[in-house]
Amino acid sequence: MHDRAATAAENAAETTPSWPEDIFAILQRFDVRQVPYVPDAGHSQLIERVLGASSMRAVPLTTEEEGVALLAGAWAGGQRGVLLMQSSGVGNCVNMLSLTQIFRFPFLTLVTMRGEWGEFNPWQVPMGTSTAGVFELSGIKVLRASHPEEVREVVEAAAGQAYNACTPTAVLLSQRLIGAKVFTK
Amino acid sequence: MSKANLLDRREVVGSLLTERKDAIVVGGLGASTYDIAAAGDHDRNFYLWGAMGGAVMIGLGVALAQPKLPVVVITGDGEMLMGMGSLATVGLQQPKNFSIVVLDNEVYGETGGQASHTAGTADLVGVARSCGIFDARALSTMAEIEAFASSMHDLSSGPRFASIKIDSANLERVLSSRDGQYTVTRIRGALGFGPI
Repeated sequence: MHDRAATAAENAAETTPSWPEDIFAILQRFDVRQVPYVPDAGHSQLIERVLGASSMRAVPLTTEEEGVALLAGAWAGGQRGVLLMQSSGVGNCVNMLSLTQIFRFPFLTLVTMRGEWGEFNPWQVPMGTSTAGVFELSGIKVLRASHPEEVREVVEAAAGQAYNACTPTAVLLSQRLIGAKVFTK
Repeated sequence: MSKANLLDRREVVGSLLTERKDAIVVGGLGASTYDIAAAGDHDRNFYLWGAMGGAVMIGLGVALAQPKLPVVVITGDGEMLMGMGSLATVGLQQPKNFSIVVLDNEVYGETGGQASHTAGTADLVGVARSCGIFDARALSTMAEIEAFASSMHDLSSGPRFASIKIDSANLERVLSSRDGQYTVTRIRGALGFGPI
């Protein structure tokens, strides 16, 4: 059984990574207002920052496709947003990703990767393997960050092309960056 | 397929939108979009021709962005069933300016009239209420619909949810624009937002 509390404590005891702070600062600078998410351990620090930000509305979802639709509505209403999810959620979005082409709205999603780089759980591997392909087939540009020091420039580039050029973009945050999830009995 | 005593969908939507004022209206995939078009094209109409299960979430995105405007989703039972989780998401957000109307004919009318879950065991009003949309009700008379239409403009008492059992007769399609970019750009323009 996986002990989430223990893992979180271990992570906190190590160093708190600075790349989630880099992402948060970029989202603020681009005036991102709606942040739909399905929780993931890799996004937990960023989610905490969003929940504490008065300029942002965190919107917990029951399934990831809700977030694609929410961001289309937000754009119609004059606001920018970003969808936070993990790779297994990308498959839940496929039909709703049509909206990025139908509305040509500034779609940005930040995806924490599972199913790669030392994965323990085989159930994560199929969707993790097809994540980039699913996005590409859906007309979404894919960028990837695998090292802490490159997160800032990759997310900045992604936000720039999504919000300035209405180019739907996904950033894959590698499991190498986040660290493989530790399962203990 | 007509049943006695069920309301006419076009009359219902006409009544909901006759005093729409500055409301933004999202029409779910299928006959609901035709009903909204039949009530009169409007630059604040958000017609959907796809994205099944997404109408409520699209409406929520608009409602959170524009808290001083009434936002109304009008959709069908099949579309709502596909996005039932979004009712829990709305319940959590509690947007005061948001109303959801389900036109429930208990069938998938666009695809040959196959029975939907609401013809059997599913109770969408109960689902909505259990998800935290506390003002959730079934409407069965035109007087109740008129009262609901005026409540949609009360920006302090949402979110609200109404299910209206309607006649399942297939009516003539009234086709709105199918161009999503046009639709969204037009809404944004009506709200004062220009192109990128």
